[in-house]
Amino acid sequence: MTQTPEAITTKPDPVTQPTLGPLGWVRWAWRNLTSMRTALQLLLLLAVAALPGSIWPQRSINATRTADYIAAHPTMGPVLDKLGAFEVYATPWFSAIYLLLLVSLLGCVLPRTRIHLRHVRGRPPRVPAHLSRLAAYSSREVDADPAAAVADLRAALGRRYRVDVRDGHTLAAETGFAKESGNLLFHLALIGIIVGVAIGHVFGWKGDVIVPVGSSFSNTAINYDTISPGPRVDTAELPPFSLTVDRFDAVFEDRVRGDAQFGQPRDFTAYLRTVAEPGAAEKAQVLKVNHPIEMDGATIFLLGNGYAANVTVKDSRGEVVYKGATVFLPRDNNYTSSGAIKVPGAQPQELGFFGNLLPTAVITKDQGPISVFPDAREPAMALGLYEGELNPGGASGSVYTLNTKEMTVVDDANGKPLRIWITPGETVQLPDGRGSITFESVVRWAGLSIRHDPAKDLTLWSSLLALAGLLASLLVRRRRVFARVTPLAAGGSRVEMGALSKGDDPGLQEHLDRLAARIAP
Amino acid sequence: MTRETLEQYSLISLYSAIVVLTLAMLGFVLYLSRSAAARAADAVVPEPVAQPVTVGGGGGALTAEPGGTDIPASRDLSRARKAAGPARMFTWLATFLVGCSIVLRGMSVHRPPLGNLHEFVAAASFVVLLGYCLWTLKRNVDWLGIFVTTPVLLMLGSATTFWYTEAAELMPSLKSGWLVIHVTVATLATGVFTLAAMMSLAYLLIDRAERNPDASQGFVGRLRRIVPPASDLERIGYGLHVLAFPLWTFTLIAGAIWARQAWASYWNWDPKEVWTFIIWVIYAAYLHARATTGVTRQKATYIALAGFACIIINYSIVNMYFVGQHSYSGV
Ligand code: HEM
Repeated sequence: MTQTPEAITTKPDPVTQPTLGPLGWVRWAWRNLTSMRTALQLLLLLAVAALPGSIWPQRSINATRTADYIAAHPTMGPVLDKLGAFEVYATPWFSAIYLLLLVSLLGCVLPRTRIHLRHVRGRPPRVPAHLSRLAAYSSREVDADPAAAVADLRAALGRRYRVDVRDGHTLAAETGFAKESGNLLFHLALIGIIVGVAIGHVFGWKGDVIVPVGSSFSNTAINYDTISPGPRVDTAELPPFSLTVDRFDAVFEDRVRGDAQFGQPRDFTAYLRTVAEPGAAEKAQVLKVNHPIEMDGATIFLLGNGYAANVTVKDSRGEVVYKGATVFLPRDNNYTSSGAIKVPGAQPQELGFFGNLLPTAVITKDQGPISVFPDAREPAMALGLYEGELNPGGASGSVYTLNTKEMTVVDDANGKPLRIWITPGETVQLPDGRGSITFESVVRWAGLSIRHDPAKDLTLWSSLLALAGLLASLLVRRRRVFARVTPLAAGGSRVEMGALSKGDDPGLQEHLDRLAARIAP
Repeated sequence: MTRETLEQYSLISLYSAIVVLTLAMLGFVLYLSRSAAARAADAVVPEPVAQPVTVGGGGGALTAEPGGTDIPASRDLSRARKAAGPARMFTWLATFLVGCSIVLRGMSVHRPPLGNLHEFVAAASFVVLLGYCLWTLKRNVDWLGIFVTTPVLLMLGSATTFWYTEAAELMPSLKSGWLVIHVTVATLATGVFTLAAMMSLAYLLIDRAERNPDASQGFVGRLRRIVPPASDLERIGYGLHVLAFPLWTFTLIAGAIWARQAWASYWNWDPKEVWTFIIWVIYAAYLHARATTGVTRQKATYIALAGFACIIINYSIVNMYFVGQHSYSGV
């Protein structure tokens, strides 16, 4: 072992300074990782690391906005994407911080728990020699003899204190173990929350589906518009319930005239019938925003709504080749909705309608046909028409848009692209005997989100325990009171008392004085 | 009365509160400058007996300065207190007016008036003002008045101008008992955090003056003569943070419970949630820092103030500009 002269002079005893072997380094790293200071730095780091996720759109929350953002920023977009700015909470660097924090937490809390248990079980420490040097001090003369004075003091301390009398004339008492217990509970419960969130990610699943009024849904993976199962979820094993949407009521603000509030949604209610499993009895249920329906193994939430058009399309032979509710997706607050009606069975060519469904339709000079109110007061559809091959190469793209690569636009008699304006109950003949389209009615659809989180109770209870622990940790005072009683020559005794507290405790002296006043009124 | 009339009265009440609170602020400024002047004279003139009766100083309520004749000092101080008395009254009146405004607003919309940023900020202002007023009953905290009235005036000013929202019913996702619980507690927490941040700010200012006696001629130096010592300010600030932190923790939990009901998932990393979380983590770091040996009180206090800066960002920038599901501000 070589040492620099300074090292020798500053540490004169080389025996106390062994080299750090591999084990020593591990121990050193562990001690640093589990120190309060590291925890503090990791906490601040976590706050900083969480920040970008609120600035840039997140792919897991809104994939479309993320893609739009990257397209709009061709230079910075891909760089930010590489750095993980669009999926901050799944990046290695974000995970690294909270995993380190978790390890640090465990490494700090477990030993503290052991020490705390020893304190709780053990005796209070011995009475210090110089009581007057403690944070609070008081000395009184009382008439009682030492034994009686100790008994009085014990009574004055009450049940909050755990009292230990040695040799008949010194007394040590402590209170407020709940402070440390609460602190430990808080930190352990944080671990519970993290574990709960992790279990939810791995074993939970969620799916979204749009169900028009009058239609049914049964809970299998293929019926979802999108489904994202956790890595350990077998989607063949989803709970076998099904449901039918019978009615959907929507209320929109039409009394307040201000720009910000007019047309704002006020109430959405879906009336469903659910069946827990094939063959089971039907159950009528009401689904509202904020009032999910609990099924066995999943919860149904109402997250969206919009309009669907019931249309019937006949082709050149006069045969009904399409009939049903076609879902349109709302694009603005007045539910100007866009969608496509795809008719693959039409002869001689496949037909594709595209355009807007307008619940309260108005044709404006500068914006063309738009909806001016979200309720279905004056519905109409503005459609255009393509013919040709709907799904070239067999790929079935989005249901809401046409892939017009292998299609040609259909013109009207004047040679301009055909514009169809159609209201419920109307039938419009398509040019050159291609057939007709009938707009039967408008129905609403309910956007359902169906989720299962097996650990949500663990997470909830952990967070409530964390709160309880936090309150105890912050509000309970941990105090020690020591006393030494000596007999006085003239009878009676002198009671010397000192007190200590953990952390700030401006009321300590007052507390001690009050105790003293109780034994020597 | 119609909804519009009630809404109008609520707004008038809030405007009146701003006027009255401005008077209160002026009163507190007068109090500060007068008492600072009184004490400054004492500091400059070491031999008070040689002075005419108009100047003097000594034996104040909060600092133990040596010497000084009592009679001129108390005259000067009582002149200063004369300004503080009305200022306190005006603060009470402003508190009452903000309270009236909140009640009228609630009557106008037939729901707890905590549904948008305007209503929220009015409620948080009420918490701050009421907290301060109750405090004045127990202790002499007139020196703090300026630290309370100024931020609350800013808050009320914003609430009546660019955060103003017409009285209306709520969107379906906001119709929940959890909204009331979540937002009420958030209001309380924000109010207490505001008081705590003002105390922390005062601590840092006074602490700097204490460690640098040469600078005692400036405003802060003079302020030092009438406010408690820095260590007391720090401790009171800590106490307020200790009160606010569990409230904020509860806000976070209640928000998550509500988010699960309304949006199907208790945590969505929505910008508002992210910021609530960031604020929570920073204040946790503050509490940690304060319990960590080797971290100075000043450093810990800077962390707390960073937390408060995040609260301000959360209610201003995040509400207005970041796209998320909390289209709550209704602006
Ligand atoms: C997950 C992140 C953490 C959070 C949110 C957190 C939060 C808190 C809070 C709010 C307190 C109460 C402070 C007080 O009593 O004044 C506290 C205390 C404490 N924490 Fe943490 N903590 C975290 C991680 C850790 C870690 C990793 C350690 C271990 C190094 C640790 C060790 C302590 C200790 C020893 C105390 C007691 C301080 C005292 O009152 O003397 N914490 N923590």
